[in-house]
Amino acid sequence: MKWMNPVIITEKLTKRFGDFVAANELTFEVNQGEIFGFLGANGAGKTTAMRMLCGLLAPSSGKATIAGFDIYDQAKQIKTKIGYMSQKFSLYDDLTVSENIRFYAGIYGMDIKQIKQKTGVLLEELELQSEAKTLVSALPLGWKQKLAFSVSIVHDPSIVFLDEPTGGVDPVTRRQFWDLIHYASNRGVTVFVTTHYMDEAEYCNRVSIMVDGVIAALDSPAQLKQQYTATNMEDVFYELARHAKRKDD
Amino acid sequence: MKQLLVFVKKEFIQVFRDRSTLLLLFGLPIAQIVLFGFALSNEIKDSKVVVVDYSKDEVSSRIIAKIGASKYFDVERSLANADQLEAAFKKGIIKSAIVFPASFADDLLHTNKASIQIIADASDPNLATAVTAYLTQIINDYQIQSGRAVGLPLQIIPEIHMLYNPELKGAPNFVPGVMALVLMLVCTMMTSVAIVKEKELGTMEVLLVSPFKPLYIIIAKLTPNLIISIVNFFIILLLSSIFLDLHVQGSLLLLTLDSILFILTSLSIGLWLSIGAQTQQAAMTSSLMGMMLPTLLLTGFMFPIENMPLPMQWLSNLVPSRWYFIIVKQVMLKGLGINYVWKETLILLGMCILLFTISLRKFKIRLQ
Amino acid sequence: MISLSNISKTYNKGQITALKHISFSVDHGELFGLIGPDGAGKTTLFRILTTLLFADEGDATVNGFDVVHDYKQIRNCVGYMPGKFSLYQDLTVEENLNFFATIFGTTIRENYALVKDIYQQIEPFKNRMAGKLSGGMKQKLGLCCALIHKPDVLFLDEPTTGVDVVSRREFWEMLARLKKQGITIVVSTPYMDEANRCDRIALMQKGVVLSIDDPANMIKDFPQKLYAIKASNSFQLLQDVRNYSGVDSCFAFGDALHVTFRDSSDQNMMAYLYTKAYTDVSMEIITPSIEDCFIHLLKD
Repeated sequence: MKWMNPVIITEKLTKRFGDFVAANELTFEVNQGEIFGFLGANGAGKTTAMRMLCGLLAPSSGKATIAGFDIYDQAKQIKTKIGYMSQKFSLYDDLTVSENIRFYAGIYGMDIKQIKQKTGVLLEELELQSEAKTLVSALPLGWKQKLAFSVSIVHDPSIVFLDEPTGGVDPVTRRQFWDLIHYASNRGVTVFVTTHYMDEAEYCNRVSIMVDGVIAALDSPAQLKQQYTATNMEDVFYELARHAKRKDD
Repeated sequence: MKQLLVFVKKEFIQVFRDRSTLLLLFGLPIAQIVLFGFALSNEIKDSKVVVVDYSKDEVSSRIIAKIGASKYFDVERSLANADQLEAAFKKGIIKSAIVFPASFADDLLHTNKASIQIIADASDPNLATAVTAYLTQIINDYQIQSGRAVGLPLQIIPEIHMLYNPELKGAPNFVPGVMALVLMLVCTMMTSVAIVKEKELGTMEVLLVSPFKPLYIIIAKLTPNLIISIVNFFIILLLSSIFLDLHVQGSLLLLTLDSILFILTSLSIGLWLSIGAQTQQAAMTSSLMGMMLPTLLLTGFMFPIENMPLPMQWLSNLVPSRWYFIIVKQVMLKGLGINYVWKETLILLGMCILLFTISLRKFKIRLQ
Repeated sequence: MISLSNISKTYNKGQITALKHISFSVDHGELFGLIGPDGAGKTTLFRILTTLLFADEGDATVNGFDVVHDYKQIRNCVGYMPGKFSLYQDLTVEENLNFFATIFGTTIRENYALVKDIYQQIEPFKNRMAGKLSGGMKQKLGLCCALIHKPDVLFLDEPTTGVDVVSRREFWEMLARLKKQGITIVVSTPYMDEANRCDRIALMQKGVVLSIDDPANMIKDFPQKLYAIKASNSFQLLQDVRNYSGVDSCFAFGDALHVTFRDSSDQNMMAYLYTKAYTDVSMEIITPSIEDCFIHLLKD
């Protein structure tokens, strides 16, 4: 069952830069197939935390395992088990849709047969068959984002990290994007997502809100709203982050 | 005017806060000169010199003994004729040789006059000059001594042959080359990058929307690089005087003025490149590929222009550094005055005015 | 204060259309919002109004000046904060502000009253490099720099993008205060929920203005009844509601689904959902938001 199996486990995970504690004793678990919203004010330490979890940044202290691998000395194994997509990083504009898919499938070590099969499946899912030979630069932003997401999970990772995946996307496409997230989650992929759209926080199974380097709240959106007697997640966020001391990265 | 000063000040603050660029700016000329000074050291010790003695008389043996006795040379006698000599040069086993012609002793005896051939591998020009200079010196010493002993002036005339690089392109040529290169690099690349950086940051949009005159933006961007380049110019002169013993033979004022002219030309090129480029990376690439390569290839300090195919020679006429290189050689090395460089100066001036006007006209007061 | 008539703009020799026949006007002292996703043409519009780009066709004036011929006068009286504006990263907060003040021919002291509110919030960091500021701080400093010469019109291109909720709210409060001082403000944003902060808004998509009105009117004009349906398993609910034949549109919206029906008298939805064994499902008529209006307009 998807809720029984934690794929991200952290315990007092901390990152210091000199005297500055960017992320302070983060302790939480994320279960397989869960959509986990990772929110926080600017400068709260979100990016630092996410980099540690992706194996890009060594923690100063604390423990964490990602998909069963230790983040201190199994970063290599972790990288085969995670996918990553951000608003900034997306696809190669000067390659076609199918070339992009083949490239990413290729760097994750899939063989030619798998790549071919996977490319077909992806194009079908995204209804992009007719655009397979189109350069990515010619696609509308919304399609690019959807394609980027599909490419980030092309190697069937246990966890996908999405860093503000819907920034600047129109409201309809944004919702279509979340449909994709839900499908992936139903297939058992854990989705770890940051966003500045507070209505998107409501689509998550659980949400954590970081303030000043610590996790100030972590629960389901419904529970959080109840706890802070708020009508929506934006008010919950505002209530928590309003008094943040740290406003600088 | 105050606005302009504030802008220039801002540019300076930014240059001096960027330590890595600063290091590149001032480290580059220093590194080039110092490296060159050490790599092409003039010191010669126990250099192998081959003697081909067709004459085999008393005088030739005495000269050979004298060469062998000096701390500079080890004499090798093994080669009997000129063919072997050539082969040895080609293999690079030997760097210099002395050939006594068969008629040497006879000539000396009957006419008091004889020649000796000194051959040197000039692919290392510094070494070749030094070796021939030392050898000539030793032969001259011998003449003076033996002349005194006999009471008659003996004349042994060394005929010097430089193999492979007859023009001895080397240290003295390198310094003007470094100057052209460093000034070109700093002015062109730094200027185009500095302007494009504002585009990338989005600050250019704000500057353009402000009442600040676009001409002022250009002046403010060029000023720091102009000053830095002049400083760099003097650093190179100082370093080459200290490390390479190469001093300005001609008018320092003339050299400085011509250098400023060259700097302004390079700044205009930088400005011109910045107009098309949208990213710092593009600006950097176009300065490197578009400017560094032509400077290296077509200036004449790495490859003699006279030996190039004609189209390349024509092309080289368009490269400002080519003319600057000539000016520096004439003024700095040969000590010649404006009479000898007015033509090159005029060409540079023309290029400078043309490039600056084009850039100024093309500099956009809008985004398209 | 600002008027555009029939402005069009294409890039790449006509291959990419950025703006299609845009006409509207902004009154003196108005807080006007351009709302739309990336690619809507907001930035192009700003650049035309700030004299940085020529339109292919159409006319526009700012403060009575023509954007083509009187560009110098316009550059004297507008403040502009471009979308990707990031200040000089290697200058301190104070140096940045000083620099922009001088460029615009003024001093910090002269117009301090105008920026005081905002500047005081970043003053503790005035000796810090702008590159080391957080998103919210940078945005405040950017606003100070755009305001320092007391412009008549302020153009702000996506000032709140990528900034957290707290900073966004603070920013809009600052804009409201500036508006009280009589400054005309044109601001763009991709966040639909910020529309309500504006006096009037233009909803934009792919170079076209879908609708221009004040937010309240726009909501009033929403042509259908909008329902919110909630249940704990909202993803399953989304599938099921979409499969219901009478549904016209159905979108996830926070913790609820926003649903319109083809036939407004359709009363069978709840019965249908009960057959799907939902126990905690609820349905009510709600007031649409601007985002609902936008989605509705995109459908046409």
